[in-house]
Amino acid sequence: MKKNKLITRRKAIVTGLTGIGALVLPGCGKKLPPTYGNILRMGDAFTYVAHRTLLPGQSLAKEYRYRDISSFPATGTTNPADSSQRGYNEAYEKLYRGQFAEWRLSVEGLVSRPGQYSLADLHRFPSRTQITRHTCEEGWTAIAEWTGVPLSTVLQSAGILPQARFVNFHVFDGFEDSIDMLDAFHPQTILAYGMNGRDLPIPHGAPVRLRVEKQIGYKSLKYIQRIVVTDEFVDTGDVGWAWYVGI
Amino acid sequence: MNAQATSGTTKIRHKRWVKAFHWIVVLSFLTLAFSGYEILMVHPRLYWGEVGNDLTPALIELPISRNHKHGGWENTIAFSDDMDGPVSASRTFDIFNQNGWGRSLHFLAAWFLVLAGVAYFISGLFTGHFRKHIWPGRKEFSPKLFWKDIVKHLRMQIPPTTGGPQYGLLQKTTYLIVIFLIMPIAIMTGLTMSPAVTAAYPFLLKIFGGAQSARTIHFFTSVTLVLFLCVHLFMIIKSGFKDHMLYMTLGKKYEKE
Repeated sequence: MKKNKLITRRKAIVTGLTGIGALVLPGCGKKLPPTYGNILRMGDAFTYVAHRTLLPGQSLAKEYRYRDISSFPATGTTNPADSSQRGYNEAYEKLYRGQFAEWRLSVEGLVSRPGQYSLADLHRFPSRTQITRHTCEEGWTAIAEWTGVPLSTVLQSAGILPQARFVNFHVFDGFEDSIDMLDAFHPQTILAYGMNGRDLPIPHGAPVRLRVEKQIGYKSLKYIQRIVVTDEFVDTGDVGWAWYVGI
Repeated sequence: MNAQATSGTTKIRHKRWVKAFHWIVVLSFLTLAFSGYEILMVHPRLYWGEVGNDLTPALIELPISRNHKHGGWENTIAFSDDMDGPVSASRTFDIFNQNGWGRSLHFLAAWFLVLAGVAYFISGLFTGHFRKHIWPGRKEFSPKLFWKDIVKHLRMQIPPTTGGPQYGLLQKTTYLIVIFLIMPIAIMTGLTMSPAVTAAYPFLLKIFGGAQSARTIHFFTSVTLVLFLCVHLFMIIKSGFKDHMLYMTLGKKYEKE
């Protein structure tokens, strides 16, 4: 009995405080990323706000000369068609056997024309080629030439709606991640299908990977399958890694 | 005790804001050193220039984790028909990697250091702290006096603490170098590793000669700061650890006894 009462009171206090919080912070009705790892991720949340407030929005990451292209390790999942790997995906294995002729990029969510894009469809859009530096969270860097279609082109072709705030990516090796509109519409944010003048190799994310040049390497997801546009930050839970990694 | 030493009748004590800043820096620096070491363990190789990874030659390889020369790579594949050109290889080795919390903790501590540092610079300038206590006066400074102070230190003739910011010449010079040279370089090389910051301020890459050079310099500045900390602690122990701790914390309260 007593115990029950205590919990009820505690609940009442928590509810009350949450209510006050909602009154004090009327601007925070919508979830702000990241929504996990309260104390540890405080610095990352602060970095995100500081970068978005203080840094010029659409400045370009440094682009290099062709002869600066370097050796490039493939880490994380290096082949989702390999059943012995952690990121194995049966559907991907089938697409891989068919040389990705059947691969379709699904664009959904807050777009007026949700649809599916084949590799040929992506190739039909005006392309962008950039030689940029990949900065891995582990500490290494590598320079490569990437060719692809700007994400903004695909989003606009799908008729992105004005209330859109985040672009979420679902990939074949099981990851899920999102970027905000500033990064999504950054001129160097591309869906890359080519690397160093050839088709994107399997270890580097074939058939299509994302390039987000103003963040750390792991935001540039490999093996893209589906894009979902949302007006809210989709909390995928604490995967152990910071959401914003411009640093 | 001889806390007054030679300072005469007026006792200058550490200001409250100086003490607060000191301890914020202690906490954030220890956290930065700890998390920085973890981050280095994940990729214990240092390079020069813009590029550096397991498929390119290293400047220094540190044997500090199982990732040291792990060799867990599939056969290399050339990107082009030029066999001497850049290559790719897939990693098969399950590396040590705790950067998920390591990096976030590093940046959290870095924010404390940077924000407190900015407040310290402003206060130091406007209260005259730098001019009065850190910058050596004209009469204080000459190569002869400098040499004398070095010899004194080498002979371990270290006077007991004055309980305030009455520093010796060598002490002032060391603090000057740490505050105005090493700390700013540590912070700036840290920022040069950030893709968002270098996109906005590409000159950072030019100053330090590339992202990997910045990382290498960042490493050496932190080694220098750890060495400074060791010497600093040694000097504190030599000149009265208990007194120093009390003057740096409670201060006046202690003297009333």
